[in-house]
Amino acid sequence: MDLVATILVDGLIYAGWLFIVSVGLTLVFGVLNILNIAHGSLYAIGAYASASLVGAYFAAGGEAFPYGSYAALILAAILVAVVLGPLLERGLLRYFYGRDEVLNVLVTYAVFLILEDVMKLIWGVNPYFVYEPYTLLGTVEMGSLFYVGYDFAVIGAAIIVGLAVWLTLNRTQIGKVVLAVIHDAEISQTMGVNVKRIYLGAFMAGAFLAALGGALTAPMISVTPGLGVNVIIVAFAVVIIGGLGSVPGAAIGALMVGISRAASVHLLPEAELFIIYFVMAIVLVFRPEGLFAKTQARKI
Amino acid sequence: MSKGVLEVHGVQKTFGAVTAAKDISVSVPQGSIYSLIGSNGAGKTTFVNMVTGYIKPDAGTINFGGRNIAGLPPRQITRLGIHRSFQIAQLCNELSVEENMLVAGSIHGKSRPSFLRRSDDPQARERAMATLEQFNIAEHRHRLIPELSGGVKKLLDIAMAMAGETQIMLLDEPTSGVAADEKFPIMDLVINALRDEGVTVIFVEHDMDIVNRYSERVLAFYDGQIIADDTPDLVLSDTEVQRYVTGAPA
Amino acid sequence: MMRFSVFTYAAIGFAVLAAGAIVLPDWAMFLFAMALAKGLVCLGIVGMMRGGVVSFGQGLYYCLGAYTATLAANFLGVSDIFLLTLLSAAVCLLVGLVFGPLLSSYRGIFFAMLSLALSMVLYGSLSKMSFIGGTDGLNIGAPTFLGWAPEGRPLQTALYLYVVAIVVISGTLMRIYFDSEQGLITLATRDNELRVEYLGASVRNIMAYNYVFGALLGGIGGTIAAVALGHVDPEFAFWTTSGEFVFVAILAGYLSVPSVFVAAIILEMVRSFSNLYFPNTWQLALGIFLLIVIVALPGGLGSLVSRRKGDPT
Repeated sequence: MDLVATILVDGLIYAGWLFIVSVGLTLVFGVLNILNIAHGSLYAIGAYASASLVGAYFAAGGEAFPYGSYAALILAAILVAVVLGPLLERGLLRYFYGRDEVLNVLVTYAVFLILEDVMKLIWGVNPYFVYEPYTLLGTVEMGSLFYVGYDFAVIGAAIIVGLAVWLTLNRTQIGKVVLAVIHDAEISQTMGVNVKRIYLGAFMAGAFLAALGGALTAPMISVTPGLGVNVIIVAFAVVIIGGLGSVPGAAIGALMVGISRAASVHLLPEAELFIIYFVMAIVLVFRPEGLFAKTQARKI
Repeated sequence: MSKGVLEVHGVQKTFGAVTAAKDISVSVPQGSIYSLIGSNGAGKTTFVNMVTGYIKPDAGTINFGGRNIAGLPPRQITRLGIHRSFQIAQLCNELSVEENMLVAGSIHGKSRPSFLRRSDDPQARERAMATLEQFNIAEHRHRLIPELSGGVKKLLDIAMAMAGETQIMLLDEPTSGVAADEKFPIMDLVINALRDEGVTVIFVEHDMDIVNRYSERVLAFYDGQIIADDTPDLVLSDTEVQRYVTGAPA
Repeated sequence: MMRFSVFTYAAIGFAVLAAGAIVLPDWAMFLFAMALAKGLVCLGIVGMMRGGVVSFGQGLYYCLGAYTATLAANFLGVSDIFLLTLLSAAVCLLVGLVFGPLLSSYRGIFFAMLSLALSMVLYGSLSKMSFIGGTDGLNIGAPTFLGWAPEGRPLQTALYLYVVAIVVISGTLMRIYFDSEQGLITLATRDNELRVEYLGASVRNIMAYNYVFGALLGGIGGTIAAVALGHVDPEFAFWTTSGEFVFVAILAGYLSVPSVFVAAIILEMVRSFSNLYFPNTWQLALGIFLLIVIVALPGGLGSLVSRRKGDPT
């Protein structure tokens, strides 16, 4: 198959994954003004939780209906959001609202450190394998190359997630309220919006999306400690490029990063590991707030 | 018209659909005391911001000391001798009053700020204290900014702006945020200190009593234009000024 | 409290730390040496924090210094530790002069992210350079000291005393800088950039100076760490390494120079202790520690000895 087409397909697959992983991060920043480093931990916990849940599903006789394991993946993500969302947001983060952005990054960094070890304490340090769901969708032949069907399903999931988030924000009542809070939380509050609930909801949505990213990834890899460490900086790159707080920006950022990396893998393998951060640095130099940042008042 | 220390010719500034300055021209003589009046949005603050470098005019010249300073950054304009104070006192909140003054002094010192010499060395402290005393706030020298009253903050704001060779001082609403009974004492202090140094003063003010008492000439702004440029009596009794600015006979 | 000159404090500091060469067992001396080397990097972060920015990418210079020394030792045959330090400092100075003016326009999250991105670019590049070890990294042999080539305990002691001397000298110079006119202007910049510009100073220049000092300190710290460990790898530039430096800087606060090194030593001790007795909990301990500091002691340990508030941000 044409090299360009290969790069595009690879890039799209990676971009789909990146988008799911990053959109929650940008959403949480947009609504709560917090750049959540623990987003990486939520991703990893999603991976571990889904590994456990899928493992339990098959152990309980799920072989009879293997597609049920996909429900287990999504259920795992929901559980993470429902348990950790309120715990982190109500239990800790809300005490820091309105404070300096960098201070809040440090708070989430502390949470990240704590959760890294909590994961080790709960799941141990040995790898988990849940490859079954990955094999269920067969392979797709494109030209002379074979792609795993699951990878394309991830692109599908990314599109669904993107549409769902966009539609919710722009076409529903609750979405308009969230947009109002994004623009000005104080004014929204004076207009009767229960900002506390919006914050909790947005954080839980972000946690769900992070965990979903991890859950969908679990069948593709061996789930080991340190997953979150690598994912969070890639997610940073995507949301910084796209502009903090912008969901379309996250999509564009994911595409840019996905295709750059695919291009690098095929054309310049030496650059594969740093191309993402290189693109991020370049974007920051020319557009200091990313491509579609939500408007922020800057002084001199 | 004899050449003034500050010559503004034909300055224009538009922000999108709003014209903040339409063909502003004025000649300010050395050592005079001018006040700028006008309702909010009339263009006084834009004028101050253009003279001090915060905003670049779309057209026109601002001549000071023989050169056109329009468009230069605030940092350079300050070094040339045009200093300003702020409507909301701009202070360094985690430093003490004395330290704020030391910062101002070291930036304007004879030599560039040093990486070695202590910021609080005796000479620097003497200079800082002298200015604090001039503005009657030396007693507060060790206090931190959040503890100070509005009036003291304003005085410090102006005192800091005095550091270095000041030729023209622009005061942006020097008595706003200051208690009513403090307004005159503060203006007395400030104007006397500035007069002693031979500084040309331009201040923005909403309080007409202050305008009347302290300025030699008044510029009235309306809708981006100067509608009057004369002595306080004449300006304040001008019908247009009364209609658009003061709202009542003086 | 009587005010001693900074040189008196320096002398006392040197005496106290140098005594460690006699009383400390080998493992402790190594731990202290590593802690002090990392403390240098943190001192650079503290310098930038005084200007109001937090760098999440000092690993760039830590790694750059470490690799410069290692490559010089392995490919140029340089073994003298003074020379290695000078070389690393020179390289980091150059790179710092390139990136400093660039980064000096950024604040807050964007400064943090851009600094992080630069360090990750180095990480990614080095990981792929298999001719210099790739992700495995490189080893570096024992250093020599102006011709003297010690081994065993004397080598440990010499290295330890070397880092103590560097720390005391750097700490003293930075203290002098912090107390200087430029140092006070830096603090003012943190509070009110607008005012500092209007007073006639260039805020960009101030931020650039602080960044370059951070680059130098980072490089020197990295060199000593590499020599002490005998090994260097791209992880030196990974974001979690930079994160640890930030942790120490927050724990120390920007008000006191010694507190930076005290905090660095605390970190190393917590790491060792936890690895020994409670594996898989040392990051948990760090995280809880960090939260406690943010909530209860926002000015860091230094605020215990200074009258300023000293919030990190």
